[in-house]
Amino acid sequence: MWRYLGRKFTIYVLTFFLAVTIDWVIPRFMPGNPVQTMLSRAALRAEAVEVMRGYYLKAFGLDVPIWQQYLNFWKAVFRGDLGISVYLFPKPVMKVIAEAIPYTLAILVPAILLSWLAGNKFGAFAARRKWLDSTLLPLGYFLTATPYMWLGILLAWGFGVALGWFPIAGGYSFAMTPHFSWKFVLDLLWHWFLPFASLFLVMFGGWAIGMRNMIIYELEADYAQYLESLGAPRRLIRNYAFHNALLPQITGLALQMGTIAAGAVVTETVFSYPGIGSLIVQAIQNQDYFLIQGCFLFIIIGVLLANFLVDIAYLIVDPRTRRGMLGET
Amino acid sequence: MELLAVENLRVYYQTLRGDVKAVDGVTFSMSPGEIMGLAGESGCGKSTLGRSLVLLKPPMKYVGGKVLLKGTPLPIWDKKTMASFRFSEVSLIPQYALSALNPTRKVKKLLTDILWSKGIKFSQIFPELRRRMELVELPLEVLNMYPFELSGGMKQRMVMVLSTLLNPSLLIADEVTSALDVSTQKAVARMLVEFRDRKFVGAIIVITHDISLLYQIADSIFVMYAGKLMERGSTEDLIQRPKHPYTQLLVASLPRIGARYAQEKLQGIPGCPPSLLEPPQGCRFRTRCPRTWEKCLEEPPLVTTKDGDLTWQVACWLAVDKHA
Repeated sequence: MWRYLGRKFTIYVLTFFLAVTIDWVIPRFMPGNPVQTMLSRAALRAEAVEVMRGYYLKAFGLDVPIWQQYLNFWKAVFRGDLGISVYLFPKPVMKVIAEAIPYTLAILVPAILLSWLAGNKFGAFAARRKWLDSTLLPLGYFLTATPYMWLGILLAWGFGVALGWFPIAGGYSFAMTPHFSWKFVLDLLWHWFLPFASLFLVMFGGWAIGMRNMIIYELEADYAQYLESLGAPRRLIRNYAFHNALLPQITGLALQMGTIAAGAVVTETVFSYPGIGSLIVQAIQNQDYFLIQGCFLFIIIGVLLANFLVDIAYLIVDPRTRRGMLGET
Repeated sequence: MELLAVENLRVYYQTLRGDVKAVDGVTFSMSPGEIMGLAGESGCGKSTLGRSLVLLKPPMKYVGGKVLLKGTPLPIWDKKTMASFRFSEVSLIPQYALSALNPTRKVKKLLTDILWSKGIKFSQIFPELRRRMELVELPLEVLNMYPFELSGGMKQRMVMVLSTLLNPSLLIADEVTSALDVSTQKAVARMLVEFRDRKFVGAIIVITHDISLLYQIADSIFVMYAGKLMERGSTEDLIQRPKHPYTQLLVASLPRIGARYAQEKLQGIPGCPPSLLEPPQGCRFRTRCPRTWEKCLEEPPLVTTKDGDLTWQVACWLAVDKHA
């Protein structure tokens, strides 16, 4: 088993290295450069511009050859230093991200886990039940085919604008300053609900449809037929089918992780939610190399970590994988 | 008394193009301890007949007929009521025995779950289970293994032990040997006889297209063609002195060991079975029968002769004439 985990770990390290390299390269392919943007914002005279340019290039470490910049970048990453934001100059990227990350995690983690759990439960429950099945199926396909931001906009309009039940922007009311009190926590939850719901609903549809199809497949499987011919109750057969149908859903969860991160970007943008997603959009618009790198670094780490957890979960739930690993090594 | 009596059983398949008459008015009976071979070509309805006695579910449709097990009617048309008869009264060794066990549950857990649903504790039946596993030479460790860790033969034996654990009155063995190699086939066949001899099961219906297997283990053979009974008689008589032209051709087409194709052409039956959607009128074999005559356009009667304990049934006009 350790060999299995070791192999997995090596793959993850390699993936991390490649992904971070790409993350470093991509922003630098953008036309223009961040210093230029800053200077044009400052609207200085020509001679002052040259001085400032030199200063900023040095400050951001952009005055050395490109390969040197790359090496410096890795060195800094291992020190936990992600550089200084251009857009929010002179705030360190680490600090900017640290402020945004709780918001993103607060909508992503519950949305992923709850939609997975609820979707699977509901899909399994609806499979082979006439009424539910014929209503769930179209609804599920509709939800899963819905773009995150479109559903977000619909929810914001319906519950925010038309009904006025929820706020449509921000992580908390503008009138408040972040502090720890029930009033503030409730306010946070109030702002949290719509972005969470729009992610949850789209993913819920996908999981429910997937589970429904898997269960039907499993109920047709030989072992289910055999149980039925031995007079086993429907509940036992469904239980077995559910357990077996869950395995591909776990794999699906790992595969979904990347798209979900993208979903967070658009959802946060729709609701102006102060998470990593909104930050990325801001960073790209301002050519903030360091902030882009930092945000994507966190997404990369998040996706890899989640995949690793799924790998381990798979080892626990599927005896075939487990025995395969323990038996041969 | 007869252990099983099936009277005019009709089981159709519902399809968009109409009913496929897979079992169309089948009548037979079995005495206690009998091993009956159910033989016929693929698609003749033999599996449908066997399976309908255990689990009749869509697209299968019960159309008519009666089934009596030890004198009491078996409600095969009622899926729910049948559940209490399955496993304990009628049981099945499925065609797909190699994939019949849930791959993600240990064998012991699977057994516990199934037995629990019948209100039996695993510990209660464990001594008997151990005896039977010893009998079929399955080590006890199998219980703590996952099905995917067992070999094909082991899975087959485990399913056989499980299916017969509650001493069912009737066991349906559906193509139990078709996926196995010859030596394992023989062992499985011997086990079926052994189970009968030890009274683990009341009677066995062995569904197969392998007539030579039946010759070794069956007491009687039931030959089916296109959803109908063609001939039923004791194994010895049926193989040595078949009366129905179909049985004659079927027996003649068996390859003999030692015969080489180059010297002796392997016999077959020309033509193919009729569509069961709209089966031909009269005898269903008449389109391929070498001895067909005008009379065959009418439904042949079931000629039954009793010879001591043995009943011989033939559905053919030729048989009628001989007895007239």
